[in-house]
Amino acid sequence: MAKNLKCSICDQEATVHLTQIVNNKIHKVDLCESCAQKKGVTDPEGFSLADLMSKTPLAPVLGEAKLVCQSCGQESADFRRTGRLGCSVCYQVFRSLVFPALEEMHAGTVHKGKVPTVGLSRQSSQIQLKNLLDSLARAVAEEAFEDAAKFRDQIKVIKEAEELEVSPK
Amino acid sequence: MIESLINYERAELAQAVKKAAPVVLSTRIRLARNLVGQPFPERADVLQRRDVLTRCADQLSALPQMNKGSFFDIADLSVLEKQVLVERHLISRELCDGEAGTGVYINKGQTCSVMINEEDHLRIQFLKAGFNLKSVWKLIDTFDSELEKTIDMAFSEDFGYLTACPTNLGTGLRASVMMHLPGLVISGQMERVIRAVRQLGITVRGLFGEGSDASGHIFQISNQQTLGESESDILESLANVLKTVIDHELNARFKYLEENRAKLLDQIGRAFGVLKNTHVIASDEALNLLSFIRLAVDFGMLPEANRADVDRLVIESQPGHVQFAAQEGIAPEARDIARADKLRQEFLNLPALAFDKLEEQE
Repeated sequence: MAKNLKCSICDQEATVHLTQIVNNKIHKVDLCESCAQKKGVTDPEGFSLADLMSKTPLAPVLGEAKLVCQSCGQESADFRRTGRLGCSVCYQVFRSLVFPALEEMHAGTVHKGKVPTVGLSRQSSQIQLKNLLDSLARAVAEEAFEDAAKFRDQIKVIKEAEELEVSPK
Repeated sequence: MIESLINYERAELAQAVKKAAPVVLSTRIRLARNLVGQPFPERADVLQRRDVLTRCADQLSALPQMNKGSFFDIADLSVLEKQVLVERHLISRELCDGEAGTGVYINKGQTCSVMINEEDHLRIQFLKAGFNLKSVWKLIDTFDSELEKTIDMAFSEDFGYLTACPTNLGTGLRASVMMHLPGLVISGQMERVIRAVRQLGITVRGLFGEGSDASGHIFQISNQQTLGESESDILESLANVLKTVIDHELNARFKYLEENRAKLLDQIGRAFGVLKNTHVIASDEALNLLSFIRLAVDFGMLPEANRADVDRLVIESQPGHVQFAAQEGIAPEARDIARADKLRQEFLNLPALAFDKLEEQE
């Protein structure tokens, strides 16, 4: 064993080294004496590494690369420290870290509840609209006027549908 | 700033005259929501937080449910005002410590509050007296769908509503039912009940949530898991557990009464005597004694209508409320005197305990 391994919770010198298989994956954790006590590691009956990991998403997975969210700047270390994510994009960036914790804390890992249908269709029509406006500008710049007319008509349809939604009466 | 809200005579929990029911005090549901394209509050800078606050406050003020509601920027509230709102369960302790750009929108009847830039951009809460999971869900679902028309919520197909903490992911739904469980506490069964429901993914906490003790025999029971089940499944399994807890509580009360009749009646009688004659009383003691008065109503020893008075006094005996009513900064000892004065006055209006009514019921 390499010497002077650090405790994955408090950075003290680790003297307790654990290996456990959770969901067919090998997890290793190094802890110092006092953190091991606090987490109940010394009580072999009650201790499960999975339990420790679900309470503290800090336990690093072996050989894991450092991840950074380009959208908000959060790093994997931030997630370990706080157990929280920085923005909605983080869920894609840190998926490999979040997912095992979800299995431990929830009834399932796939959403089965409410879907914001109105909001989502508006968001997707906004994206469509933006793409069409870009295409229109490009077509005009390239003097492809037939294409431009087609894009203009499509934009009109989306805009009219939106107005209907905003003022249903 | 909060006077008109606090003194409003039809506030749901403080004045819900006819709706108070045995065992279940109130039902609350909250939804965690975040805006698309904005970092979550903890990660956001002041400008981003302010932007979210203004946008959300604008959209909320346009909703019919918020008609005549009030918006408060947390920075504008005094420590005492924040404490009063916490005691009414309208804001969380975490919101009180919020950085700049944190606020809350509360409707007039205090059945709905929306915290902005707490752990998530939006924490929508609806609350009603009594055991009302279905109707509270209906209210909050409608409100949320209404809000979704003007605000783009962060949502992914597989993970559902995206939240700052993965423990709220999916539905973002936490339903919390406040229960009065003196029977289970006195007969020493509460520990067992807590352990049993925990296995079903359900949490039991004290009156004021995390880390608070169960003074007044009042407990908050809520779902822990938010992902992998639909809202109606979550609420249904919670309701089933709660129904079992209610049955156990009622059984425990009558069993205890059967086996320790004199002792229980003595506790109720003494509670009544102390509250009627006290001149100095701390909030914990007041809460524990009021618990026995609520029990006396449930046993038929006081008129049904007095149950709501007890529930109101539980809130009005909280330190923040006593201090707020005194309208000046008062020392803890003076607070205990003011609390005693209030309780004595209220108990003057109560009829004597009808111990004979209990026999009629049996």
